[in-house]
Amino acid sequence: MRRLTILALAAVLATVLTPARADSPSAEWSRVLEAAKGQTVYWNAWGGDPRINAYIAWAGEQVSARYGAEVVHVKLTDTAEAVARVLAEKTAGRNEGGAIDLIWINGENFAAMKRNGLLYGPWIEALPNHKLTGPANSPDLALDFGVPVEGLEMPWARARLVFYRDEAVLPEPPRSSEALLTWAKANPGRFTYPLPPSFLGTTFLKQVLLERASSVDALYRPVAEGDFAAVTAPLWDYLDALHPHLWRAARSFPANAGAMRRLMSDGEIDIAFAFSQSEATAGIESGELPETVRNYLFDAGTIGNVSFLAIPFNAAHREGAMVLANFLLSPEAQLRKLDPEHWGSATVLDLEELTQEQAKAFREMDLGPAAIPADRLGTMLAEPHPSWTDALEEEWNRRYAVR
Amino acid sequence: MRRSGTGATQYGDPDRYRTGFMLKASPYLVAAILAGPVAAGALGALVPSFGFLPALGHDTFGLSVWRDLLDWPGIGGSVLLSLVSGLVTAGLALALAMLFLAVFFETRAFTWLRKAIAPLLAVPHAAAAFALAFLIAPSGFLARLMSPWATGWQRPPDLLIVQDELGLSLMAGLVMKEVPFLLLVALAPLAQIRAVERMRMARALGYGRIAAWFKTVVPALYPLLRLPIYAVIAYSSANIDVALILGPVSPPPLAVQVLRWSNDPELDYRLIAAAGAVLQFGVTAAAIALWVAAERTLIGLGRGWIESGNRTLAEQGLGLLGRVMFPALLLSAGLGILALGLSAFARVWRFPDPFPSRWTLEHWQTVGETASGPLWSTIWIALTATGLSLALVLAMLENERRTGRRASRALELVFYLPLLVPQIGFLFGLVLLAELAGIAPGGALVAAGHVIFVLPYVYLTLSESYRRLDPAWGRLARTLGHSEGGVFWKVILPMVLTPTLAAFAVGLAVSIGQYLVTRLLGAGRIDTVTTEAIALAAGGDRRLIGAWALTQAVLPILGFALALAAPRLVWRHRRGMLGAAQ
Repeated sequence: MRRLTILALAAVLATVLTPARADSPSAEWSRVLEAAKGQTVYWNAWGGDPRINAYIAWAGEQVSARYGAEVVHVKLTDTAEAVARVLAEKTAGRNEGGAIDLIWINGENFAAMKRNGLLYGPWIEALPNHKLTGPANSPDLALDFGVPVEGLEMPWARARLVFYRDEAVLPEPPRSSEALLTWAKANPGRFTYPLPPSFLGTTFLKQVLLERASSVDALYRPVAEGDFAAVTAPLWDYLDALHPHLWRAARSFPANAGAMRRLMSDGEIDIAFAFSQSEATAGIESGELPETVRNYLFDAGTIGNVSFLAIPFNAAHREGAMVLANFLLSPEAQLRKLDPEHWGSATVLDLEELTQEQAKAFREMDLGPAAIPADRLGTMLAEPHPSWTDALEEEWNRRYAVR
Repeated sequence: MRRSGTGATQYGDPDRYRTGFMLKASPYLVAAILAGPVAAGALGALVPSFGFLPALGHDTFGLSVWRDLLDWPGIGGSVLLSLVSGLVTAGLALALAMLFLAVFFETRAFTWLRKAIAPLLAVPHAAAAFALAFLIAPSGFLARLMSPWATGWQRPPDLLIVQDELGLSLMAGLVMKEVPFLLLVALAPLAQIRAVERMRMARALGYGRIAAWFKTVVPALYPLLRLPIYAVIAYSSANIDVALILGPVSPPPLAVQVLRWSNDPELDYRLIAAAGAVLQFGVTAAAIALWVAAERTLIGLGRGWIESGNRTLAEQGLGLLGRVMFPALLLSAGLGILALGLSAFARVWRFPDPFPSRWTLEHWQTVGETASGPLWSTIWIALTATGLSLALVLAMLENERRTGRRASRALELVFYLPLLVPQIGFLFGLVLLAELAGIAPGGALVAAGHVIFVLPYVYLTLSESYRRLDPAWGRLARTLGHSEGGVFWKVILPMVLTPTLAAFAVGLAVSIGQYLVTRLLGAGRIDTVTTEAIALAAGGDRRLIGAWALTQAVLPILGFALALAAPRLVWRHRRGMLGAAQ
């Protein structure tokens, strides 16, 4: 009885206070905060970068100190591992008390989990900080690789495909797929891309496809048999021409983004690319890449996407996960994430929604020597519908994996 | 009346009955521990391979998954690569191990060889593979040492050395790790088969050193190595750690392809991954079957050659080869580790600088900040899993000794199940099993999972030494009035102290190196030095990989150092014991 009274009181208070002070927590959110106390949130996130790991550890400490929820970073080598875990739990009929509370996710993994009913939600409307993303002004945050998010995941980071090279070696890099081919022919063995289906490798295929496809519109609809051959033909022609001039004549490929950066560091290739402006800056900072490394973009634009946080359908500590997610969306956490010292990943917040002071801090952040200022990043190309990913990977494999 | 053989009288001794019951149960317990999870896990692969995975909405049986698998581009190449690398690696590793023993047995270098094994064995597979890759790559350590003064290279040449299509660098990496393993299992029973006497006799009859070894020692030694060799074939044909780093990328070895399928965001690929895991089992089984066929043929041919009385066997050439290859193996392992170690202290190390131009402790700081938790879980899990495994293996072997009945062939095979069934195949099923049983993922489950992989290796390294103990020692102690338990604790165990500790060290090393099982059964919540190292390896920074790989290698090396030092300490006044059961 007493609890009911308190709940009712809280609800009344919330309705009374909400119009007056927009940032006061709703009753629902207070309940979430209360339930989150003492929970341990198992956050499954890629663990391959010590800076990102340190950022995640920092966020965990903050959430623990402020909200009383512990955070454990489960360091993945591949997000699909977490998907497999949730799948195993669903197969075994474990519909609650699951081992994973929060997943750093995007695109294909999200689409697969959504399709198979492995996600909890919608939940992001409940987060007080969600409105700071300016949902009305940011249509890109409502789609993940063209799949409607529908409140099932919270936008966390924006990413942009950027190329980088050592300015001392290559002052005028090729700024289109066509120029890249010409350059590769003149400089055999000095360029490569990560092996599809690694995330960045497949992205390179999409980047070239977006530049060369006969019809770009088709790429934003689910792939259809008839479309595929016609739309992708220019891509295969291009790769057929490019491959003989790649690193190791395309007889081998680096396994992933990290392996490609290592080739750059070892001087085996002259051009590399990454899904973050900070890759080059961090490489310079740590001494892995030469100090003269600089980012650059393709003139026609490069692929951009958003990564998200999702909660599995059977998460044991859903409230803790939501509190953590909400903190990660706070101006404080997003600003630290933008700082290349700590990570260097673009914010998902809408600066219009912030106080002037906060917005100024975001605008004036020093993004490091290699970075291109946000206002000169040029056209952002949206990710094709995720169904193209599989089709591209399969066809690439059919053409280039057989010997 | 004291019992002198096997018989009903054993039940007359109440003390014996009690321990006897527990010992007798041990083989069944071991069989259940090994076969249960593997069978359940394998079932978890077999069922989806026929299209049945209700969680994804596939609820009818059919052959379409197998058709998809066989239609997969490059699947033939993947299968062939796995088959060949299994056979070639085992063949080369065995040949080298035998050659080294032939050349160095009873020489001063032999002591060296013994000592070199432990650290080589202790370096985890992934770390050794990274080391080799950095050593031989066109931008690697060797090229840096030689450039530009000898090679003229200002930039690394565009040569496909690491991850070559034929899998040569993969096989080289595997051989580097398997030779020490085979040496270890070959050294243990040398005393039992009286290798010294055999060599002396043959040498006295005028046989050359190498001919004497291959004609008199190898025929007695080989049967004892058979199962370890099958394990080498299985590992080489189905491993993932080494293949990811040194194996060709397209098409990759089959196990890597299975991993890619099971990591694909498109969940329906789980089905094809399951079928791939079943196929992997077939490939591994086929590799072993081919080996057995070759073995039969060679034994037939070899008999004639042994009986021919030919006194030499290309003594000069083979002797030289052994004398060159052994240091070459040690040197390449040593140089590789050194290079990896250097990179762990490097801030800037550009090609073609022979050494880093700027140094830093930053990478070790990163390790230091995060290592204490993983270090602790690594140690307690390894000690728990190895302690349990050793207790079970000792109970089983002691049961054998007392009953005088050797483990049946079926049980022997059970020991090999976890080594023969590709991990990637049955672990998904195992996770499912734990979920169905309602066992929460965590440290205890991980330690239990490690037992499945540690136990066979402990058994492999200990069993032959144990069985080759002269039964006369036990009988003698019995006539002096000791109970069977007393014989075990006071006579048998001290005599097998050295191999027991070696088995313990091998067990620790195996547990420390486990990745997949730790990840899956711990739901990623249990961080060990190996999971940390591999998570960071995904980031690709070689300097961090170096720091973590060294951290990962230190623990098993400590284990081996202790295993090597302990008998010397314990027996410092009874040096005869040192040689008694080695």
